[in-house]
Amino acid sequence: MSHAEDQADSHEGTRRDFIYYATAGAGAVVTGAAVWPLVNQMNPSADVLALASIRVDISVIDPGTQITVLWQGKPVFIRNRTEEEIAEARAVDVSTLPDQDAGNANIGPAPATDENRSLDEAGQWLVQMGVCTHLGCVPLGDQGNFGGWFCPCHGSHYDTAGRIRQGPAPANLPIPVASFVDESTLQLG
Amino acid sequence: MGGIPHDHYEPKSNFEKGMQTRLPIIGLLYDTLMIPTPKNLNWMWIWGIVLVFALVMQIVTGIVLVMHYIPHVDMAFASVEHIMRDVNGGHMIRYFHMNGASLMFFAVYMHIFRGLYYGSYKSPREVTWVLGSLMLVLMMGIAFMGYVLPWGQMSFHGTAVITGLFGAIPFVGEAVQTWLLGAGAVGQPALNRFFSLHYLLPFILLGLTILHVWAFHTTGNNNPTGVEVRRTSKEDAAKDTLPFWPYFVIKDLFALAIIMVLFMAVVGFMPNYLGHPDNYIPANPLATPAHIVPEWYLLPFYAVLRAFTADVWLVMLVEWISFGIIDAKFFGVIAMFGAIVVLALAPWLDTSSVRSGRYRPMFKWWFWLLVADFILLMWVGARPAEFPYDWIALIGSAYWFAYFLVILPLLGVIEKPDQAPATIEEDFNAHYPQKADGKAAAQPAE
Repeated sequence: MSHAEDQADSHEGTRRDFIYYATAGAGAVVTGAAVWPLVNQMNPSADVLALASIRVDISVIDPGTQITVLWQGKPVFIRNRTEEEIAEARAVDVSTLPDQDAGNANIGPAPATDENRSLDEAGQWLVQMGVCTHLGCVPLGDQGNFGGWFCPCHGSHYDTAGRIRQGPAPANLPIPVASFVDESTLQLG
Repeated sequence: MGGIPHDHYEPKSNFEKGMQTRLPIIGLLYDTLMIPTPKNLNWMWIWGIVLVFALVMQIVTGIVLVMHYIPHVDMAFASVEHIMRDVNGGHMIRYFHMNGASLMFFAVYMHIFRGLYYGSYKSPREVTWVLGSLMLVLMMGIAFMGYVLPWGQMSFHGTAVITGLFGAIPFVGEAVQTWLLGAGAVGQPALNRFFSLHYLLPFILLGLTILHVWAFHTTGNNNPTGVEVRRTSKEDAAKDTLPFWPYFVIKDLFALAIIMVLFMAVVGFMPNYLGHPDNYIPANPLATPAHIVPEWYLLPFYAVLRAFTADVWLVMLVEWISFGIIDAKFFGVIAMFGAIVVLALAPWLDTSSVRSGRYRPMFKWWFWLLVADFILLMWVGARPAEFPYDWIALIGSAYWFAYFLVILPLLGVIEKPDQAPATIEEDFNAHYPQKADGKAAAQPAE
């Protein structure tokens, strides 16, 4: 551009320089403003987010059985545990576990004791995401070397508290935000 | 290109030289971008860029909308409401797409009348013009099919009416209509195929756009004088032209910025002004809206369709000559498509040897009358089919055909044109007089 040569002696910006920068700046802002909505529209929409909480009737779950419900598009295991399962889970030394964090969204970071993973103090109710922490398959209940869950995809074994014990999965099955509305109703989210 | 002598692309770096002998795409882009362009182009030469921009905008917003839309008769309407209420920014994206169609048609009508006034359709630019006419028809089809997708009352009954046009074809009409709809009536098959085609055809339109640009880059641009760029030498050509980059790119972007400000005002403050409220009522096959009209941009042609009723003597004559095969209904359909066909045939109907309307004193009047006629037809197309609107539509339609079939051929014979300038440079210097120091007032930056 010749104006740059004209101005070779003085290094002060010309009006034309200002116009160039202003135009390029405005163009960059406009492009960003146009592109962002096109990206953001792929984020979860309001109706998807509105499904954030559901209520589940748990009076039908007998001890030693579980149900699987769909919450936010993912399976959630709700298990009514037997005394043996609770005792087995509570006998484990936390320091021997591969993942020593409880992974409980209700209490935040905490040691992976069975007490920190069960929903009630007695330990009867275990509520956890039914999504293997390895690559997202749905583990099978009442299976595996530790009497809990077993993921058929790549052989991860979870114990009766849903903690990873053996196999490729790096973490315990996450526990979602959950609470009792009354004796027979559980709210997820 | 365009036979205009100018400096061509010279690969400089080793990479460019290597590409030029293998895939000469850099050279193609360079020569396209640096094409010599008549330096006297006025503000009516911006609509092509506006159209390219609008088409890309429609494709981008359309692809986004498809991520949320469901082409099913029970869910289409709800999915559009889902876009409006739930999808992040979905209402704005849809309003951009909705009003983007109006922007495209506004720009294309400006573009077409620009071409009609300055004689851009004349030899050697007939191919550009015919391609453009095809693109207009394609645009109308795309816009119509897009209007069907929300599956509101206007979508549904508009589909019935428009496919009914094909039902008017003698002998095979009913079979054609059934084939188009995939059923005896408008329903799921129609919605599904219109969705498929509404996604496909814009890309065909984009391909035709490339051919359209290729064609006029081969002949060179027309310009307000209609005088060709001098091909006698590189120096002469350089006096008539400037490279497209940066001069016309910056000019076009400036114009585009202003148009987008106006467009944003419409999208932001009156997004439904150009639409019809009945289309926010879910489709109901059992009840037709009281007053069914197409979108504003189809109204002039809709007016032509309705103008030729069974009591017009020309229609009666044609019906009698054709032994009743061409009835009033089919006549209307022929007239509507014919209105675009005569437009496409303008290069051969116009007999004048002078290209630009600027130097045609009689032509000017008829041209502006045609513009007024087009606006009149647009207005009358939205009125009910009753007196006096039926007469206005008939007179308006008659003038449209008369302009192309009678006036354009005759004017070339009886009109005495004004003297056009010898060169583009002469015209340019007349607009921007020389300064006292002998330099032209408007000098391109070096």
